[in-house]
Amino acid sequence: MRHSTRRGLAAVATAAIASLALAACSAPSSDDSGSSEDFEPLTSIKLQLQWLPQAQFAGYYVAADQGFFEEEGFDSVEIVPSGGDIVPQDALVAGDVDFAVAWVPKVLGTLEATGVELTDIAQVFQKSGTLQVSWADSGIESVADFEGKRIGSWGYGNEWEIFAAMAAEDLDSTSVSITTQDFSMNALLDRDVDAAQAMTYNEWAQILEVVNPATGELYQPEDFNVISYEDTEGAMLQDAIWADTARLADDPAYADAAVRFLEAVIKGWVFARDNPEEAASITYDAAINAEAAFPVGPVHQLWQMNEVNKLIWAGGDFGLIDSAAWDKTVAGALAAVNQDGLNLITTEPAASAYSNDYIQQALDALAEEGVEVGGEYTPIEVTLTEGGQ
Amino acid sequence: MRRGAAALWGTLGVLAVILLWEAYKFLGPAEGVVVGADGSTGSGVMILPRTNDRAMPHVWDMVARLFQSTSGGDTPPLIVPVVTAALTTLGIAAVGWLIGVLVGTLFGLMMQRWKLVEWGILPWIVVSQTVPLIAFAPVVNSLGLQIDRGGFPWPQWLSVAVISSYLAFFPVAVGVLRGLDAPDRIHEDLMRTYAAGYWQTLLHLRLPAAVPHLLPALRLAAANAVVGAVVAEVSIGMRGGIGRMLIQLAGQASSDPAAPWGPTFGTIALGLVAAGSVALLGLALKNYRRGEATA
Repeated sequence: MRHSTRRGLAAVATAAIASLALAACSAPSSDDSGSSEDFEPLTSIKLQLQWLPQAQFAGYYVAADQGFFEEEGFDSVEIVPSGGDIVPQDALVAGDVDFAVAWVPKVLGTLEATGVELTDIAQVFQKSGTLQVSWADSGIESVADFEGKRIGSWGYGNEWEIFAAMAAEDLDSTSVSITTQDFSMNALLDRDVDAAQAMTYNEWAQILEVVNPATGELYQPEDFNVISYEDTEGAMLQDAIWADTARLADDPAYADAAVRFLEAVIKGWVFARDNPEEAASITYDAAINAEAAFPVGPVHQLWQMNEVNKLIWAGGDFGLIDSAAWDKTVAGALAAVNQDGLNLITTEPAASAYSNDYIQQALDALAEEGVEVGGEYTPIEVTLTEGGQ
Repeated sequence: MRRGAAALWGTLGVLAVILLWEAYKFLGPAEGVVVGADGSTGSGVMILPRTNDRAMPHVWDMVARLFQSTSGGDTPPLIVPVVTAALTTLGIAAVGWLIGVLVGTLFGLMMQRWKLVEWGILPWIVVSQTVPLIAFAPVVNSLGLQIDRGGFPWPQWLSVAVISSYLAFFPVAVGVLRGLDAPDRIHEDLMRTYAAGYWQTLLHLRLPAAVPHLLPALRLAAANAVVGAVVAEVSIGMRGGIGRMLIQLAGQASSDPAAPWGPTFGTIALGLVAAGSVALLGLALKNYRRGEATA
C-alpha cells in the first residue's frame, strides 16, 4: 500500500512526460487498442506471482531484464513474489496489484466462494505439470491403483487434480488415505506415503538430486513410477495471468495496459523458449538478489526452465485459452470431492472468467512485428547434480 | 574461577549433545523402529527415529553447510543469511517483548492494586494462553492488513511483534502480581505507620521486593517472545525472518538435508541471545536479587 501510494505519486509525476513521449514515439503496441486515446496510458503496474522467484516465472523476469516492459511503454513493472503469505487472486481483488499469476482451479474456487469477478487473460501453462510419483516396485501405475493407498498431497488447493482424476475413475475420496506432505520429498523417499505429489519442474527434480544409498549415484527416473495428471481426466489448467474483470470493462487505460503487458510477457517467454540457459540464469540472478528468496541452485533452475517451456509451448500460440482444456478444468473442478466431502465449485464459473480478447490482440501485434509467437519447444538436456547447486 | 567452570560445563554440554547425536546415528536403525504397523504404508507409531543422512545429517556436514554458498553460484555462505534473518527476528521479538512487558506490567499493577480487577481478569489472562497461536496469528495479520489498507501504515513485522507479545505478556503479568504482593506484612504495616501513600509504597517497597519474581518472569517472556515471533512468521508467512527461512529451506530437505539445519542453529542462537540479554538486566538489578527463586 505504502509503496503503491509512493509509486503512484511518482507515476503521476512522470505520467505527463511519459505519455507525451509515448505519443510521440508511438510505440507500435499503444495504438492497437483504439485510435481515440482519451485516456492516460498506465506506465506503472504490479504483477503478483504465486510463489518465490524461480524459473517457473522466468518470462516475467526476462521481460524486466531485457527491457521488454519499457518497449511496451511501462516505466516500472514491479514483480511481487509470494512466499505463501500472499494469495495472488486475493491481492488482485484487494487492488494491491494489477495482474496476478495463479492456478485456474484455485481462482475458480475463490470466484465462487467470494463472488468476485476475475478474468483469465492468458493461459501461460497449456498443460498440467503435476505428477504423482511412487516407487517402481509399488505397483501404482495409474490413478485406479490409488485405491487403498496412502497418497501424498500438499493441500492448499493443489489437491484438486488428484480428486478430479479419482472421480473420473469412480474412486471415492474416502477409498484412499490422503496425507498432507511437506515441501520436501522425504515422505516418498522414506516410504511414509505410497505416492507423492510433485511438479515436473520442481519436486521431481528434487528427487533426482538425491543420492541413492544403494548405488551411491543420484536416483534415476527408472527407480520410480510417474503418473502425469496431464494424461488423466483430472488435468487442470495451471499458471494463468488474471486481471480484474470490472476494471477491464470500465477502464480503457487498464485494458490497454493489459494488452501491452501481455505483449511484453510473450516476448519474455519467447526469449525463454529460444534461450533457455540465458533465461534460467537471468531468473536465478533475480532470485538470489530478491529479499529472502533462497532459491535452489542454478542447475535446478535450468531444469525448471526446460520443464516449464514444455508446459507453455504445446504447439499453439502462446497463452491462448483452449476452450476444451478450460471445460475439462471446470468439469474436473465440479466433479472433484475432497476427503472432507467438499466440492471445489458447485456451479459453472461466469463467462467472464476467461477471455482471449487481450492475448489475441497482443499476439496479432507481435505477429505483425515478425515474432514467432507459437510453436513447439525443443527440449534441452539438463543433467542434474546433487542438491541442484 | 567460577566463570571458567561454567564455560567448561557449557562446552561439555554441547559436546555431549554432539556425541549423543552421532552415537545414535551410528548405532540406531537407519529406517527407525515402528510399532503397531499393519503392513500398509504409514501405519504404526515410530518409536525410534530414522538415522539416515536425510533425517539426521552428520554434525560436521551441518556445520560445513553453514559455510557453503546458500543457493550455489556466487551467493554468500549460508551463515550470512542465517545471521541476518536471526537478527531480523530478534529485533521483532524484542519489540514483542517490550509490548508484552508493558502490557503485562500494567495488568500486574492493576490486579495488585484492586482485588476486584484480579478476580475479574486473572482467569481471562490464563484462558488467553490456551488460544492456539496458529489460530490467533491470521486474525492479527488480517486486522493489520485492514489497518494498513485504511491508510495507517502497519508493516507485517508489527503483526508478528503483536503476536509474540501475546505470549510474552503472560509471565510478566503473573510475575508482577506475585512480586508486588511479595513484601512481608510487617513491611507493609511499617509503610503504613509512615503514612506512605500507594505510590510511595510501590516505589520503595513493592517494586524492589518484586525484582526476584520479575527477573524469571522477564526471562520467560523473552523466551516466549522468540517462540511467538518464529511461529507467527511461519503462520502468517512473513519473509525475512528465521522462522520463514527455516520453512523455505525445509523444502530442499530431500536433496540438501543439511541446509535447513542452518536456520535451526540460528533459532537456537537467537533464544540464547534473548535469554542472555535478560541476564544482563539481572546484573544491573543485582542489589535487589536476594532470595531469588531460580527459574
